Amino acid sequence: MERTVSFTLNGRPVAVKADEERMLLWVLRSDLALTGTKFGCGEGVCGACTVIVENEAVRSCVTPLSAVAGKRVLTIEGVGQKGLHAVQRAFLDHHAFQCGYCTPGMILNAYALLLKTPHPTRQQIADHMEDNLCRCGAHMRILDAVQQAAAAAKAGS
Amino acid sequence: MAQAEIATSGMTRRGLLGAAGAGLFVFFHAEAQEPARLPVRQAAPVDLNAFLKIAPDGRVTCLVGKVELGQGVMTEMAQALAEELDVAFDAVDVVLGDTGLCPYDMGTFGSMSTPLLWPAVRRAGAEAKAVLLEMASERLKVPVDRLRVQAGVVSESGAPSHAVAYGQLLEGKRIERHIENVPVKAAGFHLIGISQPRKDGPDKVTGQAKYAGDIVLPGLLHASILRPPAHGARLKSVDTSAAEKVAGVQVVKDAGMVAVLHERPDVACDALGRVKADFENPPAGPDDRTIFEHIQKTAPPPTVVKQSGDLAEGERRAAIVEKTYLNSYVAHAPIETHSATAHVEGDKATVWASSQAPFQVKNAVASALGLPPANVRIVSRYIGGGFGGKTEADQAVEAARLSKAAGKPVQVVYSRREEFFYDRFRPAATMKIRAGVDGAKIVLWDGQIFGAGDREGNPFYDIPNVRVTSAGGWMGGNPPGMNPFAVGAWRAPSVNSNTFARESHIDLLAAAAAMDPLEFRLKNLTHPRMRRVLESAAREFGWKAGRAPTKRGAGMGCGMYSNVCNATMVEVAVNRGTGAVEVKRVVMALDVGQVVNPDGMRQQAEGAVMMGMSSALSEEVAFRDGDVLTRGFDSYPIARFSWLPKIEIVLVENPGSPALGGGEPPIIAMGAALANAIFDATGARVLQMPMTPARVKAALG
Ligand code: FES
Ligand code: FES
Repeated sequence: MERTVSFTLNGRPVAVKADEERMLLWVLRSDLALTGTKFGCGEGVCGACTVIVENEAVRSCVTPLSAVAGKRVLTIEGVGQKGLHAVQRAFLDHHAFQCGYCTPGMILNAYALLLKTPHPTRQQIADHMEDNLCRCGAHMRILDAVQQAAAAAKAGS
Repeated sequence: MAQAEIATSGMTRRGLLGAAGAGLFVFFHAEAQEPARLPVRQAAPVDLNAFLKIAPDGRVTCLVGKVELGQGVMTEMAQALAEELDVAFDAVDVVLGDTGLCPYDMGTFGSMSTPLLWPAVRRAGAEAKAVLLEMASERLKVPVDRLRVQAGVVSESGAPSHAVAYGQLLEGKRIERHIENVPVKAAGFHLIGISQPRKDGPDKVTGQAKYAGDIVLPGLLHASILRPPAHGARLKSVDTSAAEKVAGVQVVKDAGMVAVLHERPDVACDALGRVKADFENPPAGPDDRTIFEHIQKTAPPPTVVKQSGDLAEGERRAAIVEKTYLNSYVAHAPIETHSATAHVEGDKATVWASSQAPFQVKNAVASALGLPPANVRIVSRYIGGGFGGKTEADQAVEAARLSKAAGKPVQVVYSRREEFFYDRFRPAATMKIRAGVDGAKIVLWDGQIFGAGDREGNPFYDIPNVRVTSAGGWMGGNPPGMNPFAVGAWRAPSVNSNTFARESHIDLLAAAAAMDPLEFRLKNLTHPRMRRVLESAAREFGWKAGRAPTKRGAGMGCGMYSNVCNATMVEVAVNRGTGAVEVKRVVMALDVGQVVNPDGMRQQAEGAVMMGMSSALSEEVAFRDGDVLTRGFDSYPIARFSWLPKIEIVLVENPGSPALGGGEPPIIAMGAALANAIFDATGARVLQMPMTPARVKAALG
């Protein structure tokens, strides 16, 4: 049903008039022209569309707009708005990407992990990232990067 | 050196964007990058765009028709230019894959960006520097041989304040040059051979990198296109009335294409679901089990890849081992599906397309729209993975046709199901090898390749009596119906299949000779670079001599592609109950000639380990009667974090050699190394890729 759905997007309030059953991915990419969130499968399988809703990583391609009403949503465009975030910096330092298409989803999933588990083990990182797919095979560097970001947060805290 | 052709700013016969304005421009002839051994896809046009420009503000722009697939071409090109010009790495901007701005390029494939284009960019840089030094010499009244350059500032040796910046030399001037044979630097590099930060990094970690499906234009419509249920199916009738009732939907029927357009992509997709279509199914065809026999039956007559010595003589002396190796169809499966955004306005068209060959797409779009190619501009800047699968770009033509029909910009982004359905797969292939040893020496090699293609079919070992034939392949020219769908280039085309077969067979011959696989290879190999990588890999791996199966689960494979030498060694654990293979460690030694960007090379090799593992162990396209049954990542599993082995990449130094392309060669020996390691662990020989748990279990008996 079409209605106006309000939520907080990257720290700012937004109101979107749309069918609330539509998936958040398309609302972000098309209605709001925020194309940093990627489409990879549309079936909740690849993780390219990962965003953060209330501190949880979710797959925006299978999250209806109605599910974010009144909630806080963070996309890649909202990460590091005041200079690169530690996770972004670590991805740069380790060259933890090749084509970069999976990268926004990877960064947001890692970001969500560090919110909950600031000092994860390498195994915890790998388990948490397991369902985010990368065809270019940047896996080793992604784990290295998330470890570095966690260490940086530790040093800074 | 040719006379500098100096004109004042604004007086230009070149209307193209890449060559406008003041500054120094270096042009080149596209033939310079067309190697004679390649099939000519189209005549290289006369260049209209500059390769490099230096603006009066000192910014250097490198314009190259290659595309950034993730392989790091942007960074390598910046290294080349900054090195030769003696400017800072950060002073160089790289513009890729834009047919309106960049000089002609045949496409990004075959690991050729480095060996062919990269030296040309260096020459362009050297040419520009020579011109600038002459100008500086005049300005500073100092002979050229007494000038030095640092970070784009020319000064007199010993008098650093007597100086002029490149940009100052170019104020109000327009200088055009063509690449001459100005020598490039031979040594004393400050950038080449030293790892550099990726130029594309900041865009990619902030979500600012724009892929073809990220282009947003006013009035943009998203298209969902009606697709057949199987390859070869024919549309009998279609009823779009229910879809047309959806508010805001526009239905386009254009020469057999039926598409639903809407300003929201998901609404267009839903509306397409309301289209009722009746298709006539194609006749029954092969499936993923019968395909190997089908290909052998339908393949064209074989061509001889290599013939030397006397096979009968080999047969007389040898203990014979004969096997047939298979590999199934494999998909490219990039995370970004084929995407395009097209804007056709009057007799002009601009298409942003995820394509590895924008200049070919330009011609395809032009002919589909009936426009002269000069009126079409293709922009392929960031591509979300290609691996050979984005060489053709049908979606760009579809988007362009729909934009023309709708009179608005149109975006086409393949669904994951469409991506699998329309992929030009790595072909299914059969490799039959009959070979023999006499003592420790291979004396006979009789190989027949069906479907894979001939690249690297001829073994690089020293074998006196050899015949290799090849019938059909990835490159086209197959009889209709041989493959039930399109096939094409997949990261090192032909070579994964041929290397899997050859190196598996070498291990079988080593067993027949009762020898350690490493020792056996070295006994039969004089190729100096290949010996060096093999020895380097063995050292790093800590290879322990023994006759397989040793139960240690160690295996190796050697391979060559685009003149790169690769030796891969792996350690696996095999679950005898399930047949599942766990890869614990991979050591890969590579000789890629002169290494431009060591960290970039490592990234490629690490990625190839992951992709090589999953293509060898789990990736297989299932199909029946023209329908592709694996249409998603759930039915087509690719390597993920839990698969990650310990990876060690050894870059074997070879500084005297030219730089070779490194994106594809690291993947080629993964299949054989894994097959040989499974054999070493269990004594079971798996002859078909992918070596799924079911096949490993079957081989265990
Ligand atoms: S696009 Fe959402 S999980 Fe793949
Ligand atoms: S970097 Fe290309 S898919 Fe991960």
